[in-house]
Amino acid sequence: MMKSDIELTNQIDAYLRGELTDSEIADFEKKRVEDPAFDIKVVEQQNLVLHLTDYADRMKLSSEMNAIHESLDIYDLKSQVAPEAPIIRRMWKKYRINTAIAATVALIAVSGTLLSTGYFSKTISTNVSLLRREINSIKKSQNALIKNINDKPSTGPANPGQFGGTGFALSSNGYVVTNYHVVQGADSVYVQNSEGEAFKAKMIYIDPTYDLAVLQITDPAFKDLDILPYTFKKTVSDVGEDVFTIGFPRDDQVFGKGYLSSKNGYAGDTVAYQVSIPVNPGNSGGPLLDNRGNIIGIINGKQTQVDGAAFAIKSTYILKSIEAIPQDSLDQKLIISKRNSLSGLSRKDQFKKLEPFVYMVKVY
Amino acid sequence: MKKEIKSSGPADSEIILGILNDSKEILNRLYVTYFPMVLQLVLNNSGNEDDAKDVFQESVIVLYNKVKSGNFELNSKLKTFIYSVSRRLWLKRLNAQSKTLRNIEDFSEFIPVEDDLERHEEKDRQFRVMELALNQLGEPCKTIIEDYYLQSRSMQEICEKFGYTNADNAKTQKYKCLQRLKKLFFQA
Repeated sequence: MMKSDIELTNQIDAYLRGELTDSEIADFEKKRVEDPAFDIKVVEQQNLVLHLTDYADRMKLSSEMNAIHESLDIYDLKSQVAPEAPIIRRMWKKYRINTAIAATVALIAVSGTLLSTGYFSKTISTNVSLLRREINSIKKSQNALIKNINDKPSTGPANPGQFGGTGFALSSNGYVVTNYHVVQGADSVYVQNSEGEAFKAKMIYIDPTYDLAVLQITDPAFKDLDILPYTFKKTVSDVGEDVFTIGFPRDDQVFGKGYLSSKNGYAGDTVAYQVSIPVNPGNSGGPLLDNRGNIIGIINGKQTQVDGAAFAIKSTYILKSIEAIPQDSLDQKLIISKRNSLSGLSRKDQFKKLEPFVYMVKVY
Repeated sequence: MKKEIKSSGPADSEIILGILNDSKEILNRLYVTYFPMVLQLVLNNSGNEDDAKDVFQESVIVLYNKVKSGNFELNSKLKTFIYSVSRRLWLKRLNAQSKTLRNIEDFSEFIPVEDDLERHEEKDRQFRVMELALNQLGEPCKTIIEDYYLQSRSMQEICEKFGYTNADNAKTQKYKCLQRLKKLFFQA
């Protein structure tokens, strides 16, 4: 009985999976008509499998939806559709944490007190980002203090909270390089171009040893850039060479000019150059270019208490990082530009051409 | 009615086709296009974003089942359908929590969807029963059943995977598992 039951079940399975031959199907159908008990068995099993498939389909749909949901910027969406609470209450709800931090910090830092007082004398709506900025400047001054006490070189401008640093395009299809310390511990990363358009990006590669991180812009609003105007220098540059950088120490791109002052970084660090160039927190991750428009490095820090001693990771390490990224793990190819269209242009024109390729990296 | 969320999503027919083809891309676009609408509805009617997520995802499941069972007629806009289902689901939850019995603040037009929700409730009940049955089934039965009926693996593969000495043993095991599941499911 048991044996034949097993056979029957297997036969029904084969039938439901379409594994029977035509003549077997005919026999099967005939048996169903002749034997109502058998027919019930078939219907029952068919039903069970159907419920099972339904279950699996729904589980799959749910897990796919959850994945999509996680990629949404709920905070941003909420701000678009949230109920119209009285404006002050809404602002309070939204920014109370920032305000609380500002208030706390203000108690500690004298300069903070002055700044936050300045904040309250202005209108709330125009000061939303300013508040952040002020929190940041307080933080920065604190960091500077800490650095003074420890008398150690900074590993780069500390990540100023929600502010971040600079990054620049590696390819026209949305790959951006910045410093690891800029995006370290980030919940989410956005890059903002010189036009002020921000795009969501994700970290696809980090190299803490060389303080490098590669981001990919995942925002559907992002359109491919023009061909990159710069190339990456494969050899070491000479001391004394004129160099320049573009960064976001504030909301706008700032151009900085200097020269290569040593072929090694702090304490003989062969990974970096020492550059005599004015840089500030926010410049981290900015490109360092030579006269001909080659990227020779990426700004990552400066020495405190020493004037004009900034450091930049050499471009060869950027190239190494790119090579280390498994290409088949990328959904778009990362191809480095081999054509330089900056060479021979005036600084002014070089800057203009570079502008769209340098981003502010915002970290939340 | 207050401002409606502007959404320039894919065309309805494109979505229907995508659902029938299990297109991930379409699911993504559907989600991105219509979630804000439901978020707005729920946030403005005493809910939070997690409620919105639950309600929206359930509405998408209702839509998928409707489309896949072949009875989605394009006589209403997809947007209206999703909104109406979400609205109904949210109202039901609100009333269940007896938080409020007041009417809901609306952001879009809506149609009656009672029939769809009745069907959905039955399906949902069966889903829960199956979930429970599979959990009670235990190993190796759960995996054997999933491998054979959901992944469509051959008995030969299952035989090798579980190290059965011959195909007959594997078949017997599968039979026993199916009988157990049947019992758990139909007698629940």
